Amino acid sequence: MRAVDGVSLKLEEGEVLGVVGESGSGKSVTMLALMGLIPFPGRVKADKLAFNGRNLLTISDRERRKLTGKDVAMIFQEPTTSLNPSFTIGFQLTETLRLHEGMDRKAARRRAIELLEQVGIPSPESRLSAYPHQLSGGMNQRVMIAMAIACNPKLLIADEPTTALDVTIQAQILDLLMTLQKERNMALVMITHNMGVVADTAQRVMVMYAGQIMEERSAADLFASPQHPYTAALLAALPERSEGGRLATIPGVVPGLYDRPKGCLFSPRCAYATEHSRNVRPALRPWAGGQIRCHYPLGDPERDAHIKKDHLVGTEAAS
Amino acid sequence: MIRFILTRLSLLIPTFIGITLVAFFLIRLVPGDPIETMAGERGIDAARHEQLKKEFGLDQPLLVQYGIYIGRVLQGDLGKSIVTRESVLTEFQNLFPATVELGVCAILFALVLGIPAGILAAVRRNSIFDHGVMGLSLTGYSMPIFWWGLILILLFSVQLGWTPVSGRIDVLYYIEPVTGFLLIDSLMSEEEGAFLSALEHLILPTIVLGTVPLAVIARMTRSAMLEVLGEDYIRTAKAKGLSRFRVIALHALRNAMIPVVTVIGLQVGVLFTGAILTETIFSWPGIGKWLIEAIFRRDYPVLQGGLLLVGAIVMSVNLLVDLTYGLINPRIRHTR
Ligand code: SF4
Repeated sequence: MRAVDGVSLKLEEGEVLGVVGESGSGKSVTMLALMGLIPFPGRVKADKLAFNGRNLLTISDRERRKLTGKDVAMIFQEPTTSLNPSFTIGFQLTETLRLHEGMDRKAARRRAIELLEQVGIPSPESRLSAYPHQLSGGMNQRVMIAMAIACNPKLLIADEPTTALDVTIQAQILDLLMTLQKERNMALVMITHNMGVVADTAQRVMVMYAGQIMEERSAADLFASPQHPYTAALLAALPERSEGGRLATIPGVVPGLYDRPKGCLFSPRCAYATEHSRNVRPALRPWAGGQIRCHYPLGDPERDAHIKKDHLVGTEAAS
Repeated sequence: MIRFILTRLSLLIPTFIGITLVAFFLIRLVPGDPIETMAGERGIDAARHEQLKKEFGLDQPLLVQYGIYIGRVLQGDLGKSIVTRESVLTEFQNLFPATVELGVCAILFALVLGIPAGILAAVRRNSIFDHGVMGLSLTGYSMPIFWWGLILILLFSVQLGWTPVSGRIDVLYYIEPVTGFLLIDSLMSEEEGAFLSALEHLILPTIVLGTVPLAVIARMTRSAMLEVLGEDYIRTAKAKGLSRFRVIALHALRNAMIPVVTVIGLQVGVLFTGAILTETIFSWPGIGKWLIEAIFRRDYPVLQGGLLLVGAIVMSVNLLVDLTYGLINPRIRHTR
């Protein structure tokens, strides 16, 4: 089964890419593939998977491990369970430094204190001997971030970094991430289901649905005039865009691995679906300075005519 | 922490009362008494029988006997063997090292094979190796010790002649007990070949006694490992670029060992039960064989005292394991 399919993306140095979609849309899996972290028994098949000019598909595991954790780092949704409960913060932090930077115990310790300071942890020295269960979720996420930036990565992947945190902490962590990104000019991939987070952070946005890219373009364009019906629906669900105080929600759920529709993957939930959408899966094609996977992009001047010709059926619930 | 130890210690009291009750009354339910058994087939005339009974205090009503017994235990007196007239405690001290030696070897055997087997089975889940290990461990777990011991003796001692049939060391050697552990004493005695002979005698009993713990430890390690390998922090460890070996042997194993240590602690009780059979099969002069003989001879004081001491040891080991549990699991250490 293909959990994720036909994904192609490029990321420039220092760029912030937002990857959005509801849960189950394959955002995380795509990034785990890049890190070589696909869980058993998954496999990655790609034409090209390259980082900094190096093909990740052909290099050995050993070489790949030299990249992961050093040049490409990742932070996860659940900071507290993502840290090993049996080791101190200090051990987990210095481990990366000693492995990738070849630092000795003392140097690694000094650097660890610096890093904890940079991510805004008070009295960093005493935190080194703390265990993850002794810190709050927000603090643990700061530790995770410190760990991720320890070796000055060129690319940081943040997988729903704020979802599991207290609302008041979320903004702080996002701020921290953005500050670090700017200071270090690292590329950042922000995986989230929250359009609001993307709006605050990303320069470019990739909208994913059921393992496929639906739309991809600059954040400014995407928010000003979404081209894909799914993007439009996600935006309409934002609290600040809701009309009359009611939140628009998208009816239905993301199809699972085994019940994917024949045509456009979004067609069962799309208000503009036609007979044609139901039968023929649209290809990802260049559109309006980005890419789109829809037969009838919202900005297409001939859109109405096309839909009329192909016989509108609307959402499954409605038809 | 101190409160924890105190609560645990207070739990020991009812357990000890239970052990004395069971040991005292159960053996008296078995027909016959020590005097009859000692007299054997020759029999004994009724007057002499009564006299001896009086001498050992066996003529009193049961409850009175129990009361006297408990009173003595509280003063630290476990009594004398009716058969050998030796103090129970001295006999226990003399035989205990033999059982410990066997038990330690058995648990080491189980750990050295069981933990790596469990880890490999988990890492190569659903492979032939995994299925093999799980199949074997199920077989090992359900193997009757008596039968298993006899099969091994038949094969390795009788058929192949590789290992001795029974005992702790060849009759040629006399080793002065210093530590009571023959492996150590024989090494120190400078008697040529004594150490090898002691080692040879240990092999089969170790395997027989270690089989059940081996099966349990392998299974437990595998399932603990499988659970841990699915945890988020393992993904983090991989994302750090750590080697596969380091991820498994350090990040995963440290957490997987927590439940395994508990299981090892519980195996100490199982080990004593197994030792009774194993020592009987191999004529191993330890606590197990001593207790079995005490049953046959209706040696009430030996059985009562022996069971009490074994119970005390099992419980202290379990307590010790619970304490180390806190050492390897920081989450527990801090909540206590
Ligand atoms: S192809 Fe049709 S169903 Fe799919 S998103 Fe576009 S309009 Fe909706």
